Amino acid sequence: MAENNATPEITQVVNVPKAKRRGSTMAKRNAIAGILWTLPFTIGFIAFMLVPMFETLQMAFSNVTIDIPNHSYVKEWVGLKNFDYILNADPIYKRQLLESLGNMGLQIIAVLIFSYFVAFLLNQEFKGRAFVRAVFFLPVILSSGILLNLDTNNSLLNGISTLIKESNNAASRVTGVLEDILASGNSQMSDLMQTIFDLVNSVYDIAIASGIQIIIFLSGLQTIPASMYEASKMEGCTGWESFWKITFPMTSSLIIVNVVYSIIDFCTRSDNVVMSQVKATMLQKMDYGLTSSMAWLYFACIAVIVGLVTFIISKWVYYYE
Amino acid sequence: MSYWERNRLSHGYLLRKSIRKWSISIFRAVLLFGLCFLIVQPLLNKLSVSFMEERDLYDSTIISIPRHFTTANYTKVAGLIKYQTALINTLWVSLLSSLLQIISCTMIGYGFARYKFPFRNVLFACVMLTIIVPPQTIMSSLYLHFQFFDFVDFFGIFKMITGKSITQVSLIGNGVAYFMLAATGMALRSGLYIFMLRQYFRGVPKELEEAAYVDGCGKIRTFIQIMLPDARPMLTSVFLFSLVWQWTDNFYSTLFFRKITLLTDNLGSIPEKLMDVRTNTPATTAYGQMMTATGMLITIAPLLILYLFAQKGFVESLSQTGIKM
Repeated sequence: MAENNATPEITQVVNVPKAKRRGSTMAKRNAIAGILWTLPFTIGFIAFMLVPMFETLQMAFSNVTIDIPNHSYVKEWVGLKNFDYILNADPIYKRQLLESLGNMGLQIIAVLIFSYFVAFLLNQEFKGRAFVRAVFFLPVILSSGILLNLDTNNSLLNGISTLIKESNNAASRVTGVLEDILASGNSQMSDLMQTIFDLVNSVYDIAIASGIQIIIFLSGLQTIPASMYEASKMEGCTGWESFWKITFPMTSSLIIVNVVYSIIDFCTRSDNVVMSQVKATMLQKMDYGLTSSMAWLYFACIAVIVGLVTFIISKWVYYYE
Repeated sequence: MSYWERNRLSHGYLLRKSIRKWSISIFRAVLLFGLCFLIVQPLLNKLSVSFMEERDLYDSTIISIPRHFTTANYTKVAGLIKYQTALINTLWVSLLSSLLQIISCTMIGYGFARYKFPFRNVLFACVMLTIIVPPQTIMSSLYLHFQFFDFVDFFGIFKMITGKSITQVSLIGNGVAYFMLAATGMALRSGLYIFMLRQYFRGVPKELEEAAYVDGCGKIRTFIQIMLPDARPMLTSVFLFSLVWQWTDNFYSTLFFRKITLLTDNLGSIPEKLMDVRTNTPATTAYGQMMTATGMLITIAPLLILYLFAQKGFVESLSQTGIKM
């Protein structure tokens, strides 16, 4: 028996120096494995992201002409001419850019508040919760891609929904009078009120833009341990206090995620005016230089905003653990 | 002890508390019902409009219940957008690209979550970059890159410098370009999927794999036999997202799928198509939009059915990933 046991040990002893000779430690093999697993991304990133990014940046500063007989295209450096054109000569680009950025700011604040509020509601226990969650998530599917664009442009359906809104006479009369009182006049206060009323009126746009954000906040709310609330209740904390002292700090790290997601979602949606203008310029005018400069200017604005917002919010985000 | 007796003993506290509880839940029910109605209403409007005849649209006494019930809109619009071929094409295009996407994103996400290698964080920052950069920014170069695609000079670096290419084929139109993007984790929202899957795999305890390694299981086998079976709900959810967003996308499809008729291709041009068919009287705006609504309805019908059955797959597994930064 003793002899039988000894044999496998010997083979293993023989194997160890072999592995050492190749010089592969666990860490090294893991590093190689990691590089191999992520290789598709590395290839894709270089070929379909990095090179195109450099090239469009080049195109933004040049005049691109398609050379059909040679099956290629020629870039001719023109400096800032494209940017000069879109900012000073193009009648709509500058206005669209500023409008789009302004709308983005307002909408993202609204989306954040709305999605946090809804997530808070959906985190409570009540009958039919699963159904309500499913409905709130529905726009992620139904208002994606081209459908959103078609929906906003469909005046027939928009007309029907205003008709339905107005048919609730009593309610709209009360809010209408209230709106008239608060939003009339010229003071700054009434401007603010008008903005708020506009936001409330566009609650549908906000609701359909916040499906994913609701789920993200909801997942954050569910990870807060119930023992925290129990402890605070024992110490005499009211619901309001425990919201600001527990719930809000514990979910604050998700605010960054949601802000970044909302910004990106906003600027890649099919009803984004700047982006559709960019695409139209490319497919109709075939002016690749102009297209690139328009897209890069917009992206630069977005990148600056994302960076700034992330920096500011991360200052006061609270990380548990 | 009855309720009122208990209430008297607590000096009215019990009554106040139950009134508050009830009013909160009534308020919540009204609010949630209103919001749900708001979200579902456009869908219901489309449904009611799609069964109307044209004259019903101009009748001011009709809001949502059609007086002249008809299903003619459906057959007409199905012909206009070539529903049968478009449906089959959309189905295989979405399935194939989601499949490629999920394979590549799972691999990449797993690599980021489990292995330490040089420049991992830099590479992951690149993933975040692909999420942030709008595809429209690089679209013009990507389009030209695929228009004059070169398998020898795959990365296009040589071409970028010299402006000449060695061998080339046009990959625009038949979708090959898009499938290449999907296989390398660069397609529609791939960055988001990589991020989600990485978060998921990071949350799986390492002991599982270590036990497998100790027992002599290789890396690939561990991944396929130990990690993948547990990740099934997460993979399903990513697959569903990818399928649905691909289905309704028209950004990449107008760029790369020109020769293939997809469902989203003709949705936007239904009103103009109506003009062609009814040459003697041009279609009115309302009529065109009624048809667009019908077309949208038959486009999303398969997705709605999918969502009815796989609703949990969408919502639940997303909330389990614990997305954090």
